[in-house]
Amino acid sequence: MNGRLKNKVALVTGGASGFGRQSALRLAEEGALVCVADLNEAGGEETAAMLGPRGFFRRHDVTQEDDWIATIKAVLDRFSKLDVLVNSAGVAAAADNIEDADDAVWDLVMDVNLTGTYLGCRHAIAPMRRAGGGSIINLASVLALKGEGGALAYCASKGGVRLLTKSVAVHCGNQRNNIRCNAICPGYMLTGMLREFLDNLNDREGEHARIAAMHALGRLGDADDIAQMVLYLASDESKFVTGAEMVVDGGFTAG
Amino acid sequence: MGRCDGKVALVTGGASGIGAACARMLAQQGARVIIADRDEAGGRKVAGEIGDAAGFVALDVASQASWDAAVAATLEAFGGWNVLINCAGILRYGSIESETMDDWRQIMEINVKGTWRGCKLAVTHMKAGGGSIVNLSSIAGIEAGADLCAYSTSKGAVRLLTKSVALYCAEHGWQVRCNSVHPGIIETPMLHSYFAEREDPQGEREAWDQVMPLGIRGEPEDIGHMVVYLASDESRLVTGAEMVVDGGAMAR
Repeated sequence: MNGRLKNKVALVTGGASGFGRQSALRLAEEGALVCVADLNEAGGEETAAMLGPRGFFRRHDVTQEDDWIATIKAVLDRFSKLDVLVNSAGVAAAADNIEDADDAVWDLVMDVNLTGTYLGCRHAIAPMRRAGGGSIINLASVLALKGEGGALAYCASKGGVRLLTKSVAVHCGNQRNNIRCNAICPGYMLTGMLREFLDNLNDREGEHARIAAMHALGRLGDADDIAQMVLYLASDESKFVTGAEMVVDGGFTAG
Repeated sequence: MGRCDGKVALVTGGASGIGAACARMLAQQGARVIIADRDEAGGRKVAGEIGDAAGFVALDVASQASWDAAVAATLEAFGGWNVLINCAGILRYGSIESETMDDWRQIMEINVKGTWRGCKLAVTHMKAGGGSIVNLSSIAGIEAGADLCAYSTSKGAVRLLTKSVALYCAEHGWQVRCNSVHPGIIETPMLHSYFAEREDPQGEREAWDQVMPLGIRGEPEDIGHMVVYLASDESRLVTGAEMVVDGGAMAR
């Protein structure tokens, strides 16, 4: 391809499937070395196998600080530096509204989506500073910008990721450490997370059509739509971009 | 393989600054480019540097006849048209009290109506075969400046004009996407002449630098990279979006 990520080392959480896997593949195609981190060992090993010598897999729970320390150490041992972190690991819960909410669901969604992203940002900064800079990419959502009644914890967690991103960006800018931090806000995407949700419904087709119609383009995107934006933000093409929220959503938030 | 192979782009304001960078970078990625500008010498120079993949056409975005001629020239030169970069614009100092009706009219005519004219023509021509419209707004179109009254207003209008065009095309099932880019402070001739006309250019320059946490100054190429993404099929899912490229200015 075009070598847009030549000599970069990237860590991608949630790399066993969906956006995370596709991002890992695109980054590697453009020259990056990639650590695929996920709780899902089978999927993560499969992604790493697709990367060949350009990647390796680490079992990684984003909610555990010890895992972050160990995984980043493994990246540095293997590839000597860290330039790019893609915080793509995330969970969603269905039928989660403010009246029927379950504390355990709230805790799980907030832990993975928000605390996991926070820990990633926190632990990536020191190695990136040593590398002379870096790019942190946090996967938020259009549900960080607009509310959905049945996605309570998900909306709250992704709204948190959106502003966490800006705070990290401003801090790093003030520190003049050349580390950038940006969020991507995908619309609903046909990845494993949504497929699983749809498969559990009686009216799968009806719900799919309802969700597609919420996007002006009338269709759902796929993992590659997000991976292309990850690639832009990971590369030096976006060296002037920090604290931004890049919407890739088929027009979901335009109207 | 170029990221914009098969694209034919019309770039307004292409003679200098962000427009010239966009034209060069789109051509580097395989697009054929028409540089449209009032500045004929500058526009021809940029087109000449790019070579066979580029042409120049004189364009005053405030004139419908001029727009019609520019589109006709694009179709004649390259046999199609599927990317429009609305980059022509003007920046003037002025608060609600200090600016004149003439300032206001001129800024609206070029920044808003010029962009509107371009979108209208692009939708008409692109609805059959698809395309991408990129409108250059500004961070001033998201957060106003007290001394940039008409400019902020014009760029805010471009932001919502963009979304309306995006929704309209999507509702009709046309594969025409429309997005806005919101640069922060970018080192361009437009910016430098703005400072030069101020009472304390150095002081104002320093104040503006403080706006961006990243601590570096933006270059036209920083915007060009985002424009290449939006022009290419990599962004096929992206419409009605506002892409901020601003050194972190909007983050706080």
